[in-house]
Amino acid sequence: MLSRTASDLYWMSRYLERAENLARMLDVSYSLSLMPQDGRGDGLHELAMPLLITGTLEDYHERHGQLHAERLLHFFALDAANPASIYSCLGAARASAHAVRGRITADMWENINATWLDIRDIAQQGLSRYGMSRFCEWVKERSHLFRGATYGTIMRNDAFRFIRLGTFIERADNTLRLLDARYEMAGDRAEPVTDGTAHAYYQWSALLRALSSFEAYTEIYRDAPGARQVAELLLLRADVPRSLRACSEEIDQILASLPGINGRPAQRLAAEMDARLRFTAIDEILEEGLHAWLTDFIPLVRQLGDAIYSSYLEAA
Amino acid sequence: MIRTYYDEMYDGAGQVRPHYREFARWLAETPPELLAQRRREADLLFHRAGITFTLYGDEQGTERLIPFDTIPRSIPASEWRIVERGCIQRVKALNMFLADLYHEQRIIKAGIIPAEQVLANEQYQLAMQGLDLHRDLYSHISGVDLVRDGDGTYYVLEDNLRTPSGVSYMLEDRKMMMRLFPELFAAQRIAPIDHYPNLLLDTLKSSSPLDNPSVVVLTPGRFNSAFFEHAFLAREMGVELVEGADLFVRDDRVFMRTTDGPKAVDVIYRRLDDAFLDPLAFNPDSMLGVPGLLAAYRCGNVVLANAIGTGVADDKSVYPFVTEMIRFYLDEEPILKNVPTFQCRKPDELSHVLANLPDLVVKETQGSGGYGMLVGPASTAAEIEAFRARIKAKPHAYIAQPTLCLSTCPTFVENGIAPRHIDLRPFVLSGKETRVVPGGLTRVALREGSLVVNSSQGGGTKDTWVVEE
Repeated sequence: MLSRTASDLYWMSRYLERAENLARMLDVSYSLSLMPQDGRGDGLHELAMPLLITGTLEDYHERHGQLHAERLLHFFALDAANPASIYSCLGAARASAHAVRGRITADMWENINATWLDIRDIAQQGLSRYGMSRFCEWVKERSHLFRGATYGTIMRNDAFRFIRLGTFIERADNTLRLLDARYEMAGDRAEPVTDGTAHAYYQWSALLRALSSFEAYTEIYRDAPGARQVAELLLLRADVPRSLRACSEEIDQILASLPGINGRPAQRLAAEMDARLRFTAIDEILEEGLHAWLTDFIPLVRQLGDAIYSSYLEAA
Repeated sequence: MIRTYYDEMYDGAGQVRPHYREFARWLAETPPELLAQRRREADLLFHRAGITFTLYGDEQGTERLIPFDTIPRSIPASEWRIVERGCIQRVKALNMFLADLYHEQRIIKAGIIPAEQVLANEQYQLAMQGLDLHRDLYSHISGVDLVRDGDGTYYVLEDNLRTPSGVSYMLEDRKMMMRLFPELFAAQRIAPIDHYPNLLLDTLKSSSPLDNPSVVVLTPGRFNSAFFEHAFLAREMGVELVEGADLFVRDDRVFMRTTDGPKAVDVIYRRLDDAFLDPLAFNPDSMLGVPGLLAAYRCGNVVLANAIGTGVADDKSVYPFVTEMIRFYLDEEPILKNVPTFQCRKPDELSHVLANLPDLVVKETQGSGGYGMLVGPASTAAEIEAFRARIKAKPHAYIAQPTLCLSTCPTFVENGIAPRHIDLRPFVLSGKETRVVPGGLTRVALREGSLVVNSSQGGGTKDTWVVEE
């Protein structure tokens, strides 16, 4: 497959996954911001979380100054001038799909094109008219639909592999960042990790719901969510589809199945990462400190992304 | 002056022509609301599928739909067979002309075409001189633009031998008609066209001496106005769609960069003009091409379809000679007529042109896309005088033709159905054999009275039927 084609497929699915993850972040922050804030301000702080996680808060301040609920939401969700907004991510995903429309099925193309046409309508209506939760649901649904169209129609060749590669790299990164951010919000890091206060409870259950892992959590632990179990679930469980381990396993397998020898650096990194997760216990992570461990791991995922880029995707 | 138009559906007495009877019956029976609903559905489907083009000069790169009209242009099979033979004959002669021009130049020596008409032409490529091409084919994919005059006679308006476009609309229009109105296709025999991509791939493969050559489509990129078509054809043929940066030349061989390392390329269906193909040989500022491509081409290691330098044969200054070419190379009488053309470089024809400017269409020989043109009947006296001065200053740069009446076809407009002017572009594929899929692309000028069918000027398209009587 052409390197440029692989690159467009990879970024198409990365941007779409990113849009979905942004919607998930937004959803959880929005619902938490509506809860009583027990002395933590008026919920604006919570609304600013997604911007903090994605590193766009400064950008917001530069353009809009003070935190302001409606402006924050618009900036994060629908602002075409913000390259990190959901709107821009869907636009970028659609542009990549457009460039490779000959390599994806008509079902996939029409799906992603329709998503793009729809979000332009939504942007015209504005978020408050369309409805915040409805919008987040819509983004997730479009992403699910596209994935379904992909799995249901595309040939199992390298195109399919690069599409999935983009998805899992993006998802791994997102899970790490979300967990890190919620861990910080859940309370003082010095507190025992089995924090049972109501505040922590809502933080953790919101995170689990954002990652569609609440049902998995209750089934596995049958307990109120706490930092230890949540971290274990989202980092080390191979059977939870949005966990870091599940992503690394997919990435490792996809890379191993790609033809040619020029991908060795990326293959090695992925195998190392997967082995590390497979043979790590949650207690070791907590001993090191969850935040410190996550801070170490996030650059590893970026390195892997870079290795994939230089091995397969660089066109010139 | 009163003009009479030839209407494709109705004869002079207002009676439906035989090959339209089935359609007319259906149209009369189908409730207008249903038709309107289907037309909206078509718009939605085209939009969803992103079957769009981009307008140049539009900063936003807005993608637009080409308006699609649901009343087909229908051609009786017996009539089509003549058009088909005419197009094939013409393209054969043009290919022979190109081979001759870049080799012995017999046609110049025979005094049929003046040397300066072709050798001094900007489109004449010295790099092609003496280069032997497989099967002596230069224009593998050709578009022949046809119009019909008041009495229904077909005329060739121009030949397109560089990178003719529009075939994707021909195919998508048919798909849409079959989806919206399947009953029409059950009621009569309409020649199928869906196999065009197959024929195209076959043609491209047979342009190379190799058994199973690796074929790619080369596009200027996603911002090109015809990008949809490039991607469409690559997908339909199952070959890679590449941009210049995806290809490189090593040891006079062309490769593409893949995730599995370099892969050889044997045939390039290029949708890029000559000037942009190779920055080392042509326009050094081009970012679209492939450095070293011309060297590889001249070594015979890669086939370009169409070949470099075909533009000299579809130039307007060469157009008047095509009928002579057919006689010279094929020893046949031309089946399709040329529009009578006055060459301003000849003093007696120039004086005729200058005396009749209000009735004529004057074109720049080097121009294309409707630039540098005078449409006499549609111009003011001042415009005509201004143009007169330009012609006098550079008579050799202009040709003139009578204003044709262009046939009409019923078309959906704001308030119902009304006749609108149309043209026809059949696509001729030259490989081991020369073939044309039945019909072609019909473009329609949607503005009342307009003769301009270009999509950039608000033109639309129609499905084109070849109907067995």
